[in-house]
Amino acid sequence: MFDYKKHLLAPLAGSAITLFARLVTAVRGVWDGCEPVARQRVYFANHGSNGDFVLVWTVLPPALRAQTRPVAGSDYWLNTPLKAFVGRDVFRAVLIDRNPETRTLDPVGQMAEALEQGDSLILFPEGTRNTGDDLLLPFKPGLFHLAQKCPDVDLVPTWIDNLTSVMPKGEVIPVPLLCSVTFGEPLRIREGEEKLEFITRAEDALRALGQEVQS
Amino acid sequence: MNTPAEFSTLMIGVFAILITATVIARLIKARTGTTELVENLIARINAWWGMVALLAIAMIAGKTGVVILFALISFAALREFLTLTTKRRADHYALLVSFFIVLPLQYILIWTNWYGMYSIFIPVYVFLLLPIVAVLRGDTENFLVRIAETQWGLMICVFAASHVPALIMLEIPGFEGKNVLLIAFLVVTVQISDVLQYVWGKLLGKHKIAPKLSPSKTWEGFLGGVLSASLIGAGLWWMTPFTPLQAFVLALMCTLLGFFGGLVMSAIKRDKGVKDWGHLIAGHGGFVDRLDSVVFSAPIFFHVVRYFWSVA
Repeated sequence: MFDYKKHLLAPLAGSAITLFARLVTAVRGVWDGCEPVARQRVYFANHGSNGDFVLVWTVLPPALRAQTRPVAGSDYWLNTPLKAFVGRDVFRAVLIDRNPETRTLDPVGQMAEALEQGDSLILFPEGTRNTGDDLLLPFKPGLFHLAQKCPDVDLVPTWIDNLTSVMPKGEVIPVPLLCSVTFGEPLRIREGEEKLEFITRAEDALRALGQEVQS
Repeated sequence: MNTPAEFSTLMIGVFAILITATVIARLIKARTGTTELVENLIARINAWWGMVALLAIAMIAGKTGVVILFALISFAALREFLTLTTKRRADHYALLVSFFIVLPLQYILIWTNWYGMYSIFIPVYVFLLLPIVAVLRGDTENFLVRIAETQWGLMICVFAASHVPALIMLEIPGFEGKNVLLIAFLVVTVQISDVLQYVWGKLLGKHKIAPKLSPSKTWEGFLGGVLSASLIGAGLWWMTPFTPLQAFVLALMCTLLGFFGGLVMSAIKRDKGVKDWGHLIAGHGGFVDRLDSVVFSAPIFFHVVRYFWSVA
């Protein structure tokens, strides 16, 4: 039977969401260190708003977009049927349980599985939305474990600029302001690189990109 | 709505200029190859085709078309402007009110031709009420800067820009049904002045006029551009209620205001550390980059024409 939800509704909703993102933010993708080509990647980005991955998704060329899945918390995305439809069917999100007490699946394993299927990922290594004045929160170790598991995948630092002004935490209606998404130079885990060393290097790369965008 | 015969004549002229420019740019490209300058020139000319087409369609659609077009332009311009202003989380409601209440209301007032209200709505009512919306959130950090910059954005991008479509509503004896040509006169002279300043500056420019503000602007470009554009304005007297001399003086006024408006907007860009206001018009930058001169001349052109020519 024709799965209208998956083949009709989901692509339509996807187009509507990217159109809305463009109308509000006129978002622009800046490729400053790598090219928009169909190569498997993990885009790791700063996180300040629930709309973050929508912006990254919007600026990716359609062919890349179709093969790129955001990693998101299942506690947020599964709590209403609408969100579950958007998260599961539209964005094909890799939904992970952020609570170590309740989870049955290993988040890094879920992400690695998506990579093995040939998809790219959008990941927010800060783990939660940054609402303070610091540019970045300390990264969670997930990115390191994923890089160890899949050392041949390019990790692309991705800076999302200005979306927190468009929609500060707790607000419902977005203010139309210009946003940009900047993709920096990819990095990979080095042979025998320690967790702290790698995480610091990844954090520094993203922070440097953010400072460059904001200056 | 029927457009006046003069409109078709003007459009033929504008298309002739655009075709000539397109051909010249291709010839330069054929001779010099792909350089940054020629690519930018071609991008600019292509954007002109788009802008002329949009404006022409809006004018053919008449009053409603022009009001809607400029409301959308105001939206894009305000979005660029307020991206650069000082703001905090506490300004969220004030910003939402600016975009979704003040902007549409100003254009509805223009559309209903309520002169007494659209002339003071933003300078009086919004000026006093919007800071109240902001202050209720209790955040005093940079408060004066925040409310002042927001108000300035609304004055430039909404209030001043809305005076372009307002020209349609002026009642000028003997000019009934032709007001769309006043918009064409203003936009053509001011924009052609920008283009001619660029051309004269590239050909003869030596002496910088404001090196700190806008390193590409020269005395040669300024004088050549403003004077030749004013002469073109005088040459367009047949589509206006003005005599050739009056058309020259008004065109001179508008191009001078446009030039200095460009300097003011450049100073703001320098202050905020950006090169362009946005990126949506390829080759030109943002909407504010393209509109700064029109926005600075429209309200004064409107009031001068209203005072000396209009009966209402």
